This record gives sequence, C-alpha cells and structure tokens, in this order.
Amino acid sequence: MNTTWRLLLALVIAVAISACKTTEPETEAVTEPETAPVVEEVTTAAAPDPRDYSDARNFDNAESLLSKRVIYFDFDKSEVKAEYRGIVAAHAAYISAHGSARVTLEGHADERGTREYNLGLGERRGNAISGLLSAAGARGGQLDTVSYGEERPVCRVSDENCWWQNRRVEIVYTAR
Amino acid sequence: MMNKIMKKIMYALLLLMVSQLAHAKLEIEIIQGNAAALPIAVIPMQWNSSDPRPETGVAEVVSSDLYRSGLFDPLDEEDMVDRPIDAESIRFGTWRLLKADYLVIGHVNDAPNGNGYDIVYQLFDVHTQERLLSQITTVGYGDLRFGAHRVADAIYHKLTGVPGAFSTRIAYISATGIGNDQDYKLFVADADGFNPQAVVGSPEPLLSPSWSPDGTRLAYVSFEKGNSAIYVQNVSTGQRELISSGKGINGAPSFSPDGRFMAMTLSYTGNPEIYVRDLTTGQKRQLTQHWSIDTEPVWSPDSESIYFTSDRGGRPQIYKVAAAGGKPTRITRDGDYNARASISPDGERIAVAHGRGNEYRIAVVDMNTGRMRILTPGVLDESPSFAPNGSMILYATREDARGVLSAVSADGNVRQRLILTEGDVREPARSPVIR
Repeated sequence: MNTTWRLLLALVIAVAISACKTTEPETEAVTEPETAPVVEEVTTAAAPDPRDYSDARNFDNAESLLSKRVIYFDFDKSEVKAEYRGIVAAHAAYISAHGSARVTLEGHADERGTREYNLGLGERRGNAISGLLSAAGARGGQLDTVSYGEERPVCRVSDENCWWQNRRVEIVYTAR
Repeated sequence: MMNKIMKKIMYALLLLMVSQLAHAKLEIEIIQGNAAALPIAVIPMQWNSSDPRPETGVAEVVSSDLYRSGLFDPLDEEDMVDRPIDAESIRFGTWRLLKADYLVIGHVNDAPNGNGYDIVYQLFDVHTQERLLSQITTVGYGDLRFGAHRVADAIYHKLTGVPGAFSTRIAYISATGIGNDQDYKLFVADADGFNPQAVVGSPEPLLSPSWSPDGTRLAYVSFEKGNSAIYVQNVSTGQRELISSGKGINGAPSFSPDGRFMAMTLSYTGNPEIYVRDLTTGQKRQLTQHWSIDTEPVWSPDSESIYFTSDRGGRPQIYKVAAAGGKPTRITRDGDYNARASISPDGERIAVAHGRGNEYRIAVVDMNTGRMRILTPGVLDESPSFAPNGSMILYATREDARGVLSAVSADGNVRQRLILTEGDVREPARSPVIR
C-alpha cells in the first residue's frame, strides 16, 4: 500500500515537472526571435516623433495620442475628464495645423435612460469635445457633431463593464 | 426603564416585519392576475361559411383579449360542458354552476354582400338571464381577427363602461444584427402582436414612432441620411414626407390631438429645445429656451399643454408648459430619473420611465395627488405607452439581453409579454383609434 502511494506521488511530480518543461521553452520561442527585430525595424524606418501632433503618420502610431480617438464619459455626464484632455489637445493641434482637416464628433450614450434623452446627452458630449477643440484652435467649419444616442453601442451587455465603453465620443476624421 | 427599551425594540422589529410583508405583498400582487376579474364564458362560435375554418377561432381571440385586460377571467374551453349556439338553447343553471357571470354565444356567416363575414353574437348576464348585447360585426375576408377584436371591444365596453382598445394597433421598432451591420425596421401590428407588417426598413437607426390621431400616419426619426431626421409616413400607402432634417437633433415627434401640429425636439441652435410646427403652413415656434436637454414632448388630451423631459433641475424630470408658450412647471418629484411621459386619455395620470440607480421601471403618477406608483419589476423598462382607453400600458423591457415588449394593466395587477418577431424589439406606440 505504502509503496503504491509513493509510486503515485512520484508519477504526479514527474508529470508536473514535464508539464513545466514543455510550456516554458514554447513561450520563450514565441516571444524572443519574432518581436525584437520587428520593433527595431519600425523605429529606424518610420520614426515619427509621437508628440508631433501635426504629423499624420501618428494616427497609426500606437505611442502617439493622435492614435487615440475615443473619449469616455461618466453616466449622465458630459464633462471631459482630465485623463482625456491630452488626447483632445493632440487632435486640436493636428486640426489647427491642417486647414483641410474635417472632423465629425460622434456622441454616444449607454442604454440606461430613454432614447431621446440619450440623443441629447450624446450631443452634449460631442459638443463638449467640439468646444475644447475650438478653444485650442480648430475652426468651427472643420468640426461637426452627430449624436447617435444609445443607438450604436459597441457592447451589448447590461452591466457597467459594458456601459462605460458605450458612453463615448468618437473623433472621426472625414478629411485629414 | 428596561421595559421602555424592550418596547422600543419590539416596535422597531414590528415595523421591520410590516415593511417586509408590504414588500413581499407588492411582489405577489405584480405576479398574480387580478383576483376580482369578471368570470365570463365565450362559447366557440359556429362556423357557417363554406370557406375553411380559421386556425384560431373568433371566440378564442375574444377570450384572449378579455383575459389580457386583467379585468376578465374567461372560462377554459375544455371546461365548457355545453356549447349553445342560440339564446333558446342556453341552460343558465349550467353556467351558474361553472361560476361564469357572463356568457357570449354566436356564429360566423358569409356576409350578405359576399365580401367577407358577419360575426353574429350575443352577450348574456348569467344571473339575471338578461341579454346585454346582440350585434353583428362585418369584416373583410382577411380581417377575421380584427373582427374578433371589435367583438371584444364591444363586450369590454358593455361590462366596464370604458370603450375597448383591442382593435387598435401598435407600432414598434425592431433591430437585428450586430455592430455596424444592423437592420432596423418600423413595424405595425395588431394590439395583441399578431399580423406584424414592416412599414419602413433601414441599415441606420430608426426610433421614436408616434401615431397621428386618426391612426393613418406615423411620425418617426430615421438616421438614413447620416443624422437624425423626422419623417411622417402614411401607414397604408407608404407615402412619406420629410418634416425636419436640420443641423443637430431632429427628434421626438408628437402629433397634437387634432393632428394640425407636431411638437418635436430640434437642436440646430446648439441645444435641444421643444418646438411646435404647424403641419399645414410648415411654420414653427420655439416652446422652450434653456441650456438643459429639453425633449420627449407629448400633448395633453385637451391640447392645452405639452409635457416634456428636461434636466434643468440637474436630473431628467417631467415638466409641463402651456402649448401656447409660458413658464414650465415641474411635474415629477420622486426619484432622480423620470422621462418619456405618456399621458392617460383622461389626462389624469402620466406613465414615465422611472430610474433609480441602475434600475428603470414604468411608474404612473396621479396628477391630482402627485403620488407615484411603480408598476413593473425592471430592470431596464422604458417607453411606456397608454392604451387609448387607459386600461393598459405597453412598454419595452429586456429579457436575456434581448428587447421585448410587455404590457401592464394600469393598476399594476396584470402583466404580460407580447409575442412578436425576432430581434431586438423596442419603443412600442399604441395607435389612438380603429383603422
């Protein structure tokens, strides 16, 4: 009896060790050779300064605030939170530097509350962003606001984890 | 001393128990049907036409209508030991034993003009043996269900004193698909959800359907041009007219009771305000002027005032303003979210979407006392719409992450779900009158 238990225990340990051994090199093999050279290539070839907000290449540069074009809001609120001011300022810099740029601010709300009130709320959020862009140099003719209210959710589950993603303004460039 | 404390504790405990009992009772009340419902037997009607018998008989439709009102308790067909077809063959004793207070008998014939059917029926009081109704309802070939709804309307009117509303229709919006690949449709169906027909479809959002007072046209909001725009469409011909597509929001259309004006929300000034447009001349005047969101206008039945949603006090509440213009007064006071009012036909009650935290329910406010009563269990109930006789309130709710339509009797005692098409269904609107 005692020996069978010991054998079983040894077997379990052996299996556990072999499991560790097989998983470790796999992850190493995936991460090391592939990502390192790619990163280097990007930085040497393109190299836009992520803080040069007049550079259109930064729209696709994940390190630049220009690549972020969605602003999120608190429930039934349209105040632009401090954490998003930088993103708005970056776009204001781009828009004022490019007279041909045209932007539509699409305002959205989460599903709570009535549809028509949420149309108003979405517009209020769009106007809040529009106001900040104008104050920072964008001209009125470059900006347009459309409210979709709660009609175009990006997520359809009835909880806060989903709702916060829907309370948003999308900065959509119709011309760069 | 000790005694006093004990008494206080006992009293507190008692209060706690009472409040819990009251809470439990409220829940039971909502789930149960109406204990005071009138027992009635609607006997299957004899089919005298040479046409094939319809799948659902007239009597079955009538029974379902009466049952759904919450005011009637129709006898199950299998319990009908006797099936009289004329007044002479009724044995009232049998129906007294079955505890039916009222009895409906009848038959369906080919109409003499050869263009449809005659539903010939009679209503009896089982206890007095008095004949209360004896009528013929004539309908076209495809309209037998509609005819049955009219029979239910007449019976309901006779026994409650209030006109029935079973033969009215409902409009609602359905959405299928996900993300940017959606298909929105504006449907019109019978009041019981049968016979749904798409009036308009669009890949862009449709919302806020609102009936003209004669029930021939629907106003609604469509995003088909990339921004909200208000249209009015004839339900039977499909012909439609663009009413408003200015900058910003063009939303929340609502016909005046005489059909001459339309109240709506426009934000071309930069902020949503209520406007009233003369539908003949096209001229509009601004009714509200405030930095807040003013929207969801609805007319009082006497056309004197307009109720609307505004967050001018910080959170959305219902306000009332004279249709001729003036200073708005606040109507709702309970809770921090009351929106999208629907006014009862007598103008005495308003139904609202009532929010508390993350829960939205349908509540009714008595205009005389100001008292609010919550009618539905939530969690995301909205878009209340009074039936034209004030008996039921249709509303939108969510079930398993899907929008469905439900109805609750105005006293909150009876609640039911409507059988409708698939997809997300929302924004029901009851038509005012018979087609």
